[in-house]
Amino acid sequence: MKALRNYLDKIKPHFREGGKFEKLHSTFDAFETFLFVPDKTTVKGSHIRDAIDMKRTMSVVIVAMLPALFFGIWNTGYQHFLSTGQQAGFWQIIGYGLQKVIPIVAVSYIAGLGVEFVFAQIRKHEVNEGYLVSGMLIPLVMPVDIPLWMVAVASIFAVIIGKEVFGGTGMNVFNPALLARAFIFFAYPAKITGDTIWIGGLSKGQGVVDGFSGATPLSKAAAGAIEQIPSLHDLFFGFIPGSIGETSKLAILIGALILIITGIGSWRIMLSGLLGGISISLIFNAFAANSYMTLSPLTQMLMGSFLFGMVYMATDPVTAAQTNRGKWIYGFLAGFFAIMIRVFNPAYPEGTMLAILLMNAFAPLIDHFVVEANIRKRLKRSATVVKS
Amino acid sequence: MAQTIKIKNGLNIKLIGEARKEICSIETEHFAVKPTDFIGVLPRLLVNEGDIVKAGTPLFTDKYRENIIFTSPVSGVIEQVCRGEKRLLEEIRIKASAEIVSENFGVDDPRVTDRSAIIDKLLKSGTWPVIRQRPYSTIANPDDTPKAVYVSGFDTAPLAPDNTFIISQNPADFQVGIDVLARLSGKPVQLGVQAGETQFPELDNVVVTRYAGPHPAGNVGIQIHKTNPINKGEIVWIVNPQDVIIIGRLFSRGVLDTSVIISFCGSEVISPAYYKTRKGVSVSAFAHGNVKGGPLRFISGNVLTGARIKPDGYLGFYHSQFTMIPEGNYHEFFGWALPGLNKFSFSKSFFSLLTPNRKYRLNTNYNGGERAYVITGMYEKVFPMDIYPMQLIKACLAGNIELMEKLGIYEVDEEDFALVEFIDTSKTEIQQIIRNGLDLIRKEMS
Repeated sequence: MKALRNYLDKIKPHFREGGKFEKLHSTFDAFETFLFVPDKTTVKGSHIRDAIDMKRTMSVVIVAMLPALFFGIWNTGYQHFLSTGQQAGFWQIIGYGLQKVIPIVAVSYIAGLGVEFVFAQIRKHEVNEGYLVSGMLIPLVMPVDIPLWMVAVASIFAVIIGKEVFGGTGMNVFNPALLARAFIFFAYPAKITGDTIWIGGLSKGQGVVDGFSGATPLSKAAAGAIEQIPSLHDLFFGFIPGSIGETSKLAILIGALILIITGIGSWRIMLSGLLGGISISLIFNAFAANSYMTLSPLTQMLMGSFLFGMVYMATDPVTAAQTNRGKWIYGFLAGFFAIMIRVFNPAYPEGTMLAILLMNAFAPLIDHFVVEANIRKRLKRSATVVKS
Repeated sequence: MAQTIKIKNGLNIKLIGEARKEICSIETEHFAVKPTDFIGVLPRLLVNEGDIVKAGTPLFTDKYRENIIFTSPVSGVIEQVCRGEKRLLEEIRIKASAEIVSENFGVDDPRVTDRSAIIDKLLKSGTWPVIRQRPYSTIANPDDTPKAVYVSGFDTAPLAPDNTFIISQNPADFQVGIDVLARLSGKPVQLGVQAGETQFPELDNVVVTRYAGPHPAGNVGIQIHKTNPINKGEIVWIVNPQDVIIIGRLFSRGVLDTSVIISFCGSEVISPAYYKTRKGVSVSAFAHGNVKGGPLRFISGNVLTGARIKPDGYLGFYHSQFTMIPEGNYHEFFGWALPGLNKFSFSKSFFSLLTPNRKYRLNTNYNGGERAYVITGMYEKVFPMDIYPMQLIKACLAGNIELMEKLGIYEVDEEDFALVEFIDTSKTEIQQIIRNGLDLIRKEMS
């Protein structure tokens, strides 16, 4: 450690202004602070500071996503061998999953972080850790057969158009990972909808067993074939086709627990999102105009990316409502619209992505009204003082 | 029956090095007055090096308000007048005489004395600067009549001295001081007492409100906000409890006796305890032989809001403790990734959450780099006001006075944001941001 520290101190001057590698300053800084917490001490204000920093915060979120990632890797292999009818052992399944998923994760990180590093250098600030989370979210919301170049294009689009044009991390309006998915959704719809893309190798027509359908529960439901929706057990544990990270509700709930205990994810958004989804499902049940509307709230919650979206995407602190009261409204409406879009719009089998993006756009407005109420209260108070 | 107000949001930072309840004495002749302790004061020096002074002899006045006089806390010789950059007057150092002699200001009963005579006496003796006003925390304007005077009888900041313990050493003078303050506003003094505190003396001329909950429940700003929030144009005066005692002695004995009981505390103090001394004392005698080795941060005041001082620096005018903590000027290998059993965090993202009652030895490291504001909903958890902290911080950064007013800038002070700054994941200087916002409005209004 000491040798590494000494080496860093030795090469540091080259990355300073006027040094040989001046242009890599932000990159060097990112790696140095990754290895060592800086030795900077407080000058004014509070002399002591909380142990938490942005790196810790973001790594907690990544840890919370790991269960979903691990299950996604296993399920990729499992679904593949199911489609080909081959018998496969655990490690064979994991091996196949790793081979399909790791390249997507790698491409997402390399493409996105590359853009981040360039912008940090141009803007002369430190590299923000936000993309460490986005870079993991992007693969988790992709179908496994997505072409890698598309992941790269989507990641770059998400960082530049989603974040940097608004002024960088902390200023963006839309969740970058969702924007990456929306980009593919509208630019290359064939690659992100349909029945064959969710299972590794299926879109290339590799040996399918008779009667096997790669359709997700959502597309079955949209087709009115609600009797074909897998059991609640399979929906909950995630032995179903779907985006890489969304299938296992158990893994997502473990992640949610980590986020809530550490206080890093907003339980208000998660809970109100769930309440919103349940409310609209119950309203649909009451009308029951078609078979989709008769699905129980529990089935609705367990299908598709609803829980994944509410736990990992809607809670993004930058793009969600910022006030606590606003979070309740924001989460509720996100859950509400997610199920509504899913049931009513035949063009979009899943509504979570669009519902959250829609609410991202409305979050500042919600906050505005919440803060306005506080301001009005203050003005009213001072008005009564003047009168009396 | 006193009203009890429960404060839910906040945080008690448990540090090693609490002072034991024993009042020690200390021999030192080094004292100083620091004009930089007073917000918005431009000093005009009245003494020269070598002048002989008594306690209560004027040292300097404020060029903006010539009637506000700052006097010597002790008798002795003006040892040195220290100036910093641009000839900024930093310290007036006084070498104290063996026996402290005070100017005579005459004995008065505040209950029967004219309000204007009371004010004159406070001004003349140099006691007036202990009375500050909210908003801004500047020295009160003698021409104003405040809507209330607030005294917080307890301090919840980390390692703060126990004010009940200190006041109960001198309840009679505290009562006289309260009587003086009550005359200034024409109303009983608003006194904040910690819920469950049974040793606090019984007093007249006060309205006692009890507060339960973690820091910043003891901050006078929080207490004002909870009981009588400040609207635009309103003024509240605030006084620290030990300064109430000094005012009391001025009237009951006619002298300026700046005796205070302070705590010398912190993880790096070998034997932390209370000491009886006077305002403006130098830390050097306290630290001599009583601090541990290694690079140290000397703080006048507490770790959240105190001022960094040199190893021979002096006690701030509004402070009643010295805190010694280790400097954190080292690189920590993968510090952000470690399980962190010994790291204190409000966030529960370190495994130290398993030992909630542990006391910590915290240093001055930032524990991370400055970032954009990303995390939301955390500040509110340590900010017990009906104000949106993030929005107010951003309004201050933008210098938008109208928005700051709407969001409640008049109700806050930088110290109320100290915990927000402590837990801030983005590692920004929030107290300074709020101070800049307050300064901007103060200049705009004057």
